[in-house]
Amino acid sequence: MKIGLVCPYTWDTPGGVRSHVADLALTLQEHGHTVSVLAPVDDPADLPPWVVDGGRAVSVPYNGAVARMNFGLKAANNVRRWVRDGEFDVLHIHEPLAPGLSLLACWVARGPIVATWHSSHVRSRMLSAGYYIAQTAMEKVRGSIAVSEDARRTLVAHVGGDAVLIPNGVRVAAFLEDGRLPQIAADVPTILFLGRIDEPRKGLDVLLDSLPTIIEKIPNIQVYVAGPGDLGEQHENLNPALSQSVTFLGRLSDEDKARVLRSVDLYVAPNTGGESFGIVLIEAMAAETAVLASDLLAFKRVLEDGKSGALFTNEDSSDLAAHAVRLLGDSAARELLVDAGRARVREFDWDVVVDDVIAVYESVGMPGEKVTTDIRGQIVGRLGMRPVA
Amino acid sequence: MWVGIIITLLLVILGLYLSMTAGRIDRLHQRIETSSLALDAHLLRRSSIALELATAGVLDLASSVVIADAAHAARTSADLDKVLKAQVESDLTAALDAALEDPEETAVIEITELGSGLLDELDAAFRRVQLSRRFHNDAVRACRQVRSQFLVRIFRLAGHTTWPETCEMDDTRPHGLNER
Repeated sequence: MKIGLVCPYTWDTPGGVRSHVADLALTLQEHGHTVSVLAPVDDPADLPPWVVDGGRAVSVPYNGAVARMNFGLKAANNVRRWVRDGEFDVLHIHEPLAPGLSLLACWVARGPIVATWHSSHVRSRMLSAGYYIAQTAMEKVRGSIAVSEDARRTLVAHVGGDAVLIPNGVRVAAFLEDGRLPQIAADVPTILFLGRIDEPRKGLDVLLDSLPTIIEKIPNIQVYVAGPGDLGEQHENLNPALSQSVTFLGRLSDEDKARVLRSVDLYVAPNTGGESFGIVLIEAMAAETAVLASDLLAFKRVLEDGKSGALFTNEDSSDLAAHAVRLLGDSAARELLVDAGRARVREFDWDVVVDDVIAVYESVGMPGEKVTTDIRGQIVGRLGMRPVA
Repeated sequence: MWVGIIITLLLVILGLYLSMTAGRIDRLHQRIETSSLALDAHLLRRSSIALELATAGVLDLASSVVIADAAHAARTSADLDKVLKAQVESDLTAALDAALEDPEETAVIEITELGSGLLDELDAAFRRVQLSRRFHNDAVRACRQVRSQFLVRIFRLAGHTTWPETCEMDDTRPHGLNER
């Protein structure tokens, strides 16, 4: 199939929607499909050949945050040309209500259109102003996908309509490649924390509070903290007695994230709340690393109530310490979790998930139907004139 | 004079609104039509695979006869009225479920390459039928919502088109396929 994917957020900035689109595009290509991704691009150097530059994005306040997106007649013309020249069998739009390329693509195209809803906190007032215009474009979407139950509920409540639930995938193969991160000590027990270090709900404090107890039992423990955030402040707050055992790695690239996950004995996710899915747990399982996580509902669901990863009582650092000491001292128990995790992760492997996406693609159109440009929304179309090519 | 201008302005706005809404209704009716055709295509694919399964010799004789009969009825149902067609397709679902209800039996069919290939195809066809029916009914819901608006009814913007109906049928995947 020839598939056109639209990503509304800049290709250069890492983000959930952007990596979802990139992973989907790569997997579809591995399955023999032709893919073209349209996204705003700041720096066109080193762009993969299947990404098409949708123009430079501008920052606009939208839905309570500042988003970087494309606007204007020039952007609309770019989208129209891309749709016309692409001759796609399916147009797959991500986050369709984000103004910019996604909404524009909905507006200028007709035919088999699929949309994926990612965010789960659209404010209810957001739609009211642009509601009529957005609704008109939304009505062209023939099939909707939601990445989580929360995202599905948002769609049903605010826009109306139904969506098929297809969870976020993980490219399992990418986490299985060889290679360790050289900074990680190989001969001592190691623990990893991933996530913003200055965001309390990521729970770094819970882990650091548990550290004295862990050091008592395992004096040569090494804790690695990877993630963006203000290092200076964390260094100052760190108990000097602990500084021997803690290493801050800063922000890591995607490749290094996979490497660091493979290099440690135990991945700890002490998040205290606000997680709707927990993709990083799945990434750790994909890297074949044992997982210890707080017992948030989302985490319990991913870890099958403790079968594919150990759980500790949320915000309880002594419980965290007890579990960590137990797992670090028992490689057979870790191996058991890794085996269960390997089986669990198959369900979230893009290689499997992509079949569901293709089933949606094949259900929205008639065989042989193509995506074409839609001129009915414009004056020339309304007057029945033919567009000048 | 001002009153005249305001009235003209209001009329222009009303006219634009009505024209846009008529366009929306037209688009929604087209979406319903394509989704209905897509559903028909997947139903036809499903009954073809069912017929193949029945004549491949991988099922017991009784199941083969029941499925072949239901599949044949479904394949020749194109000219039937919508409710009757949905009934015939639901019957095919029931026949397939009766034959493939037991995971142990599907495991036996799966031993041969032919059998396992056909079950894969049937499973894929079932999923596409479920999806396209869902998308069709969603299009119908969207269209009904616009058509029941006050101004749309007053100005008869939907013209002579028939009131869209959802497609109701049993398309539950056979238990044996689910457990694979």
